[in-house]
Amino acid sequence: MAAEGARHLLFQSHMATKTTCISSQVSDDEQRQKRENVRSLAMGGHVGFESLPDQLVNRSIQQGFCFNILCVGETGIGKSTLIDTLFNTNFEDHESSHFYPHVKLKAQTYELQESNVRLKLTIVNTVGFGDQINKEESYQPIVDYIDAQFEAYLQEELKIKRSLCTYHDSRVHVCLYFISPTGHSLKTLDLLTMKSLDSKVNVIPVIAKADAISKSELHKFKIKLMSELVSNGVQIYQFPTDDETIAKINASMNGHLPFAVVGSMDEVKVGNKMVKARQYPWGVVQVENENHCDFVKLREMLICTNMEDLREQTHTRHYELYRRCKLEEMGLTDVGPENKPLSLQETYEAKRHEFYGELQRKEEEMKQMFVQRVKEKEAILKEAERELQAKFEHLKRVHQEERMKLEEKRRLLEEEIIAFSKKKATSEIYQNQTFMASGSNLRKDKDRKKAPAYRFELLCFDVRACETTGGPKDAEEGREGPSTVGRP
Amino acid sequence: MDPLRRSPSPCTSRPPSPRTPPCEMLGHVGIEAVLEQLKIKAMKMGFEFNIMVVVIAVIWLLIGQSGLGKSTMVNTLFKSKMWKSTLPGLGVPMPQTLQLQSVTHIIEENGVKLKLTVTDTPGFGDQINNDKCWDPILGYINGQYERYLQEEILITRQRHIPDTRVHCCVYFVPPTGHCLRPLDIEFLQRLCRTVNVVPVIARADSLTIEEREAFRRRIQHDLRAHCIEVYPQKCFDEDISDRILNSKIRDRIPFAVVGADQEHLVNGRCVLGRKTKWGIIEVENMAHCEFPLLRDLLIRSHLQDLKDITHNVHYENYRVFRLNQSHALPRGPGWVNLAPAPADLTATPGPWKVRWQAHDSSDEEC
Repeated sequence: MAAEGARHLLFQSHMATKTTCISSQVSDDEQRQKRENVRSLAMGGHVGFESLPDQLVNRSIQQGFCFNILCVGETGIGKSTLIDTLFNTNFEDHESSHFYPHVKLKAQTYELQESNVRLKLTIVNTVGFGDQINKEESYQPIVDYIDAQFEAYLQEELKIKRSLCTYHDSRVHVCLYFISPTGHSLKTLDLLTMKSLDSKVNVIPVIAKADAISKSELHKFKIKLMSELVSNGVQIYQFPTDDETIAKINASMNGHLPFAVVGSMDEVKVGNKMVKARQYPWGVVQVENENHCDFVKLREMLICTNMEDLREQTHTRHYELYRRCKLEEMGLTDVGPENKPLSLQETYEAKRHEFYGELQRKEEEMKQMFVQRVKEKEAILKEAERELQAKFEHLKRVHQEERMKLEEKRRLLEEEIIAFSKKKATSEIYQNQTFMASGSNLRKDKDRKKAPAYRFELLCFDVRACETTGGPKDAEEGREGPSTVGRP
Repeated sequence: MDPLRRSPSPCTSRPPSPRTPPCEMLGHVGIEAVLEQLKIKAMKMGFEFNIMVVVIAVIWLLIGQSGLGKSTMVNTLFKSKMWKSTLPGLGVPMPQTLQLQSVTHIIEENGVKLKLTVTDTPGFGDQINNDKCWDPILGYINGQYERYLQEEILITRQRHIPDTRVHCCVYFVPPTGHCLRPLDIEFLQRLCRTVNVVPVIARADSLTIEEREAFRRRIQHDLRAHCIEVYPQKCFDEDISDRILNSKIRDRIPFAVVGADQEHLVNGRCVLGRKTKWGIIEVENMAHCEFPLLRDLLIRSHLQDLKDITHNVHYENYRVFRLNQSHALPRGPGWVNLAPAPADLTATPGPWKVRWQAHDSSDEEC
């Protein structure tokens, strides 16, 4: 104290206020002050900044508070009832079935108000926990959910244009783990789940449905549980004991962990007032009776004394751990390979170079592939074109040949026609001569017309003699005969 | 596209915000105890407050006097000898470089510890050519933001980042009685975009009450004409009670103050004041000067608000500005890429960003 007095700047005034000294922190402060070259000052009057905490509180009241509770426990163990009892409200919820194939998490947000404090409470329940036959994957969805909330906050924090003051903080502040009251020991599932959760969230184990165990059994059970937790290295949340105003009560509560609770929203008349209790034929278990269960302790610890500490632990310990792991995973470090402090931007620049280099390489590859494909296609098309061309040529040739053949035929036919018409002419002359000779040939010709073997008999028919029977027509018919048959 | 971005896990990541009206509680739960917890924690950790005093010394005042009384003002404000006011003797050359001097003290009152840092800016406006004399000051302010930003983006960061950002800047206007000088206007325009500025009329005992009022009106008119938003800024009034309170304050800005750290006997009472041949000017007397208003504003009612605005608005603006300096970075969440801090940190970020969104739009967070 004398050393501190020497360091104070003297100020002669009889209006100096008493400065209160916090003994435990004096030496620390002095060390720090020496380092920072900071002096303590005694003031000559009332300045007024003692209202600072009130200003802080006013601001917090304006903003409202946010609290997120995660309840992990088997179906039917009493999670919803306990939350109802804790906050003295009937949150709407229905009973969940036992037949879900996977564990899911259901989150609901409620707004509570007490005097001038507004609380945004989010309750996250596990649905289907412990119901599956194979429970290996039971705890994974819970861990994923917690990580997802941290991730969302991290993303918001890393944004360029961020709004952290209006951000609805959904990170889980406390996890109430419900242990079923077997009276023996922790189940393997419980141990496994708590082990995987303890580094991510503040875990407070509670013994649910504590009215199923008798007092002596309960005591043994608690000891067994705590020893199991300790021996397996599970770090449950310890109530803080560094602030002297709440250190004593916190320390004593730490000895009562895990709390054995009973939840109930039903009211039963005991004595002359209505209390929340569970009624059995053999008696009434009162929820708020400290002799019956630890509910009051839980409520006091959770809400009245340590809510702010839970939130702070979540933010400064669990979230920072997550953030650090996540960023290191991405390959970013604070310290470079030669142990010189490496600024984030250099690391990121390096990574970005890498990334863009790879991008460019991929682009090149794709370009090459593209060019190659185009070439191939071109080749194929050319091939096809050539084939077509060949076919065309071939067809043309064939066509030409056909034409020539036809031409040939036509020529022949024309020659034959000419020859025939010459023959006809000569035969007509011959006919005239024979007609003059005998007119009775007419009948013979008629007979010949009837005989089917002669197709060309009409040609020999005399044009003049057939005028009465439609001669020229017959003569034309005869000319179109398909085959040349010799003259009869 | 950004390989460093991971998609969030498929579980429902954000709980839906409540559409139902507030739940009815059937009895006392004890939620309001959280206020006590908050207070206890805050008192344990202590508070930090950084204030900067800027004075543009008119050349003729320097001779023989210690400027406009800013050191005295700070001493009066915190009722302690924070600063030894220096009296440059005749013949002492004026400082060529503009040095910023910063002093830190821890003061305590009724269990509340306050770490107060006062930064003085001597030698401003002394030169013949005062062009860009605001650069060192802006550089200092931005330097503090930079320091905080560097701490914030570390991977392993400290539990409590030491806050050296300037929370409030008290600007001393010399009592010419006419209007704001061009240097003042230039300076204020730049400062207001970066930090909370509270202008005061220094050495107000050289003005009569009527002159004071006229001067004040003219200054207010000048501030409005040049769109200089001093603290408390109009755009951050959240609700009607804030607005009423702040408009009362805005009406009296700039405060006419007199600083004194000596006590005299007046009517049997011991008061802080300046003794002159024609009377004693009492510092804490509202009829004589407006020092109590300044003190109340800075310390008793708006200290936390000053810190909040610095943290939520000015610092965020600076951060956005710095992060946007690297153009090739894709927008949106990704890892921060800070371009190397520019040697010249005097570039001012830009226009305001409104701090609070309307309450019904905060539901869209889900």
